[in-house]
Amino acid sequence: MILARHHGGGIIVFTFIVALLLTIMPLPEWARYLRPDWVGLVLIYWCMALPERVGVGSGWFAGLLVDLLTGTVLGQHALALTLIAFLTIKFHQRVRLFPILQQAFTVLVLLVLHQLIVLWISRFIGRPAAPWHFWAPSFIGMLIWPPVYSMLRGLRHGFRVN
Amino acid sequence: MVMDHKYKNLESLRAGLSVIVYPIQATMDLPVTLSDWFSESLASRRHLQEENESLRTQQMMQQVQLQKLAALEAENIRLRELLDSSFKVGEKVLIAELLSVDLDPYQHQIAINKGELHDVYPGQPLLDARGVMGQIVHVGPYTSTAMLITDTSHAIPVQVNRNGLRTIAIGTGTINRLELPYIPNNADIQPGDLLITSGLGGHFPPGYPVARVTAVQHDPGLPFSQVAATPLAELNRSREVLLVWPGKTTVLDTGEKSPAETPDAAQAPAPDGVQTGSQAAPAAASGAAAATASEPATAEDTE
Repeated sequence: MILARHHGGGIIVFTFIVALLLTIMPLPEWARYLRPDWVGLVLIYWCMALPERVGVGSGWFAGLLVDLLTGTVLGQHALALTLIAFLTIKFHQRVRLFPILQQAFTVLVLLVLHQLIVLWISRFIGRPAAPWHFWAPSFIGMLIWPPVYSMLRGLRHGFRVN
Repeated sequence: MVMDHKYKNLESLRAGLSVIVYPIQATMDLPVTLSDWFSESLASRRHLQEENESLRTQQMMQQVQLQKLAALEAENIRLRELLDSSFKVGEKVLIAELLSVDLDPYQHQIAINKGELHDVYPGQPLLDARGVMGQIVHVGPYTSTAMLITDTSHAIPVQVNRNGLRTIAIGTGTINRLELPYIPNNADIQPGDLLITSGLGGHFPPGYPVARVTAVQHDPGLPFSQVAATPLAELNRSREVLLVWPGKTTVLDTGEKSPAETPDAAQAPAPDGVQTGSQAAPAAASGAAAATASEPATAEDTE
């Protein structure tokens, strides 16, 4: 029973590792500013699909790894992703039932919130104001949400993660 | 977050945790390393011969220049001895490679493949073949993170090479632009001036090229002139960088030699350069490149 409930944890970890790899993948200069928040997307999916397994703690840890990988202040992404995880879990039963487009808009709101916290903290420690394209990753995240969603769902069903 | 930003307490935690993320960085770096390796091992014979040829010519040219440099260096050290100055000409250096990973695009930082195990320390200067690149900010056991001189929170003490005018160059967040905001309107500075490190901050060794002044604007309404400069180092192109240990002297250590064994070697060239008149035994300099290069210097001085 307990074994059946916790199945496929490796897949969850694997998706997070892939998201972290995509976060530091070298891109051409113009594309660097458009890189969507992969870890945020994966976290939103798992929080929505399996709120009893992936939650605030996982969000915090994933955020800490993002901070280490991208050289930002320790805790910046951790705090932002913690908040995303909390909100997603809070509303997961509603968001699950949304049609995919409406879901994408919800994801946009969450991602913008994430960036807002990141921006807030980096302004707080004296970084310069963000240019307009600072917000582009959120919108790109919204656009790629449908494929990401169906891919992760395929993974979840294929490997019977529950 | 406040702890991390304001104090250095979390630096050890960051170093420890960076071991966890090292596999991720290494995985991302792997394709580049592999393709480098393949292109090196699968290169055609003719290509290698051509490269060998051109490198040989280049080395010959540089050898000639180095001989002259060695003579000048020896003379410089002798004159400075006379002046009782503590200026050191050479420093211990180590070549590091950039990890091909992207960091936060709004901060000018790079990750390199040398860490605490190679004696890297926070605040250490980082150069490339053309000039100063930046300094180390976080050190992990195997990797470290460096801040480039163009980051908005970076400032470097410089002086104008032409007349010794000292000032500070501040990063702008644009990869090819530095600003010199504290230059009075009547100061003698003009486009084309070379800026070198002044060594006043204590972090950077003096005398390394930093940037070239590109534009000087005098606005009578403002207390300072607006001076812009372009960094000489190829900040977004270099793949190999040089780590410098400002305190340790005079051996151009190009290999992966462990830092522990260099002090012995480092002592050899210094007396070699000083006792210019007597017959300095070059055998004492145990194969170090800089030491052997100073051999012609002694010969030239005795004549």
